[in-house]
Amino acid sequence: MAIFLNENSKVIVQGMTGAEGTKHTKRMLASGTNIVGGVNPRKAGEKVDFDGTVLPVFGTVKEAMEATGANVTVIFVPPAFSKAAVVEAIDAEIELAVVITEGIPVHDTAYFWAHAVATGNKTRIIGPNCPGIISPGKSNAGIIPANIAGGGKIGLVSKSGTLTYQMMHELRDFGFSTAIGIGGDPIIGTTHIDALEAFEADEETVAIVMIGEIGGDAEERAAAYIKENVTKPVVGYVAGFTAPEGKTMGHAGAIVSGSAGTAQAKKEALEAAGVKVGKTPSETADLMREIMKSL
Amino acid sequence: MDLYEYQAKDLFAAHGVPVLPGDVATNPDDAKAIAAKFGQAVVVKAQVKTGGRGKAGGVKLASTAEETEEKAKAILGLDIKGHIVHRVLVTPASDIAEEYYFSFLLDRANRTFLAMASVEGGMDIEEVAATKPEALAKIQIDAIKGVDAAKAKEIADAANFPAEVKDQVVETIVKLWETFVAEDATLVEVNPLVRDPQDKIVALDGKVTLDENAAFRHPAHAELVDKAAENPLEAKAKEKGLNYVKLDGEVGIIGNGAGLVMSTLDVVAYAGEKHGVKPANFLDIGGGASAEVMANGLDVILGDEAVRSVFVNVFGGITACDAVANGIVKALEILGDSATKPLVVRLDGNNVEEGRAILAEANHPLVTVVDTMDNAAAKAAELAAAGV
Repeated sequence: MAIFLNENSKVIVQGMTGAEGTKHTKRMLASGTNIVGGVNPRKAGEKVDFDGTVLPVFGTVKEAMEATGANVTVIFVPPAFSKAAVVEAIDAEIELAVVITEGIPVHDTAYFWAHAVATGNKTRIIGPNCPGIISPGKSNAGIIPANIAGGGKIGLVSKSGTLTYQMMHELRDFGFSTAIGIGGDPIIGTTHIDALEAFEADEETVAIVMIGEIGGDAEERAAAYIKENVTKPVVGYVAGFTAPEGKTMGHAGAIVSGSAGTAQAKKEALEAAGVKVGKTPSETADLMREIMKSL
Repeated sequence: MDLYEYQAKDLFAAHGVPVLPGDVATNPDDAKAIAAKFGQAVVVKAQVKTGGRGKAGGVKLASTAEETEEKAKAILGLDIKGHIVHRVLVTPASDIAEEYYFSFLLDRANRTFLAMASVEGGMDIEEVAATKPEALAKIQIDAIKGVDAAKAKEIADAANFPAEVKDQVVETIVKLWETFVAEDATLVEVNPLVRDPQDKIVALDGKVTLDENAAFRHPAHAELVDKAAENPLEAKAKEKGLNYVKLDGEVGIIGNGAGLVMSTLDVVAYAGEKHGVKPANFLDIGGGASAEVMANGLDVILGDEAVRSVFVNVFGGITACDAVANGIVKALEILGDSATKPLVVRLDGNNVEEGRAILAEANHPLVTVVDTMDNAAAKAAELAAAGV
């Protein structure tokens, strides 16, 4: 099964002909993703050869969907053009838009999210500023290295890219149904709660790892959701216990302001919801390992 | 990026939000001259990027130019919650009939913006929010529709602004929204928004946070950076495009990816407890850990005199471990004799065996390779403690 992305996903890449787009289109193809084309209005009609796979370039997302039946887009366009790219994907009513781009102004993200809501949420948005989503062995939409871990029964949702990789590496002996990096910006499309809901409903997933970090109250809200709605075991990790107040730690969203957003508060909220929380990535992996062995 | 009050008010004025005139002084003489120019009682206000400065003695009334000089002397150099006062704003004193509160900010939970307004503004707005939440109106803003006069009236009504000033408040709210959008702000706050005895509305204070992701469309914002107040190591890192935050410890940290680096800080802090050492910094070198980026990162960290050991924690994803290992070796070549502190390196992920082999072959006397993040943190903490 997997969530949001599977072996039937047909993927297009917005910004496929740029440096990042080219590099990662090659990587996605190599990991078995069914990429059917790219979008760049200035190169519409051209064909691009990716180590032997020749992909067509379309002028718009809509044209690409009509020609190929694509249902997923991965967006690599630069920050200044990301708002227009995501709005175009939403207007084309593509099922899933994975926004990899880092550094999009938050007013632009707020705008395209509002646009998605106003048009009936027909497009699921993942990101921005995220590593994307992988259902190992089935499809890979984004920049998560495909060779860290194979398919399995653990679902993983994380704000952070490299912690996603680290956790997949730690638990590579079990493998993953789907791993999804939702991004570290203050406003994101798919949230921890959306992923938890989908993992709970996914037959393949038997347990869930949730990785959070300082800033905002998304983890607290996820904890409340888990308490009411999630029956599968959940293990959690929160990065940033020692982060000082008022310093932004890399991600635009990762800042402790006043008493809000601390790792300790998030840990306590998760534990109160019955989630086992590890102090370090390796301890978190050990907690999950115990659960997987007992199932 | 947080702005000083005077910078925030300059932006307000540019967008038509009513503010009082004022000038900034960095010494008591200048403060005196500004007061003399106004020729009336003034308020001397510490310019610091933190709240609670009134209670900390950072805001004082002065009735004459001489008194202004005295008050400025007392305020300049004050330490307010760790922020040293380097400048004061001198602005005409105004009579206040009522103090209100207003802000636009991010609403992460609802993935949009929020307006907050209260007729009980002033110094204790946090207490109002905590103990009388009904007195603080919170209205969600549609990011596409924004705030027009009708929306502003909805906000003003929800907060029960008095009828005599409501039209002015509505107009001010619209102008503040224009500031919020046009400047790509993530916070615009006015506390207090004041009603004077003549029923005029004035933004007496201002707090603005700008979105650094939007810097590409605001070249003028670069001038708002207070270079003198930046930590010199942070300024150096910024020049080299590195994401660095100086902390108060002895173990230098380099990693790839914000989440992994935050996690590394935690693991080092735990390991450091028994040795009495802490992480010295946050440094995310991002996905592409080239030799040059690694050299720049090490250069910044080794420039921190407090650092006793360095922990390089990299998970090879897009950039494989062999490339990272080559980066470390070349970085040490570039730095030569200026690299003097022990380096603990933990590599995992893509091509980890090749990466470790490269470091083993280089056999640099300063480098220790450790296989797991936890063990590497323990080793780095131990070396830092030994180096004190």
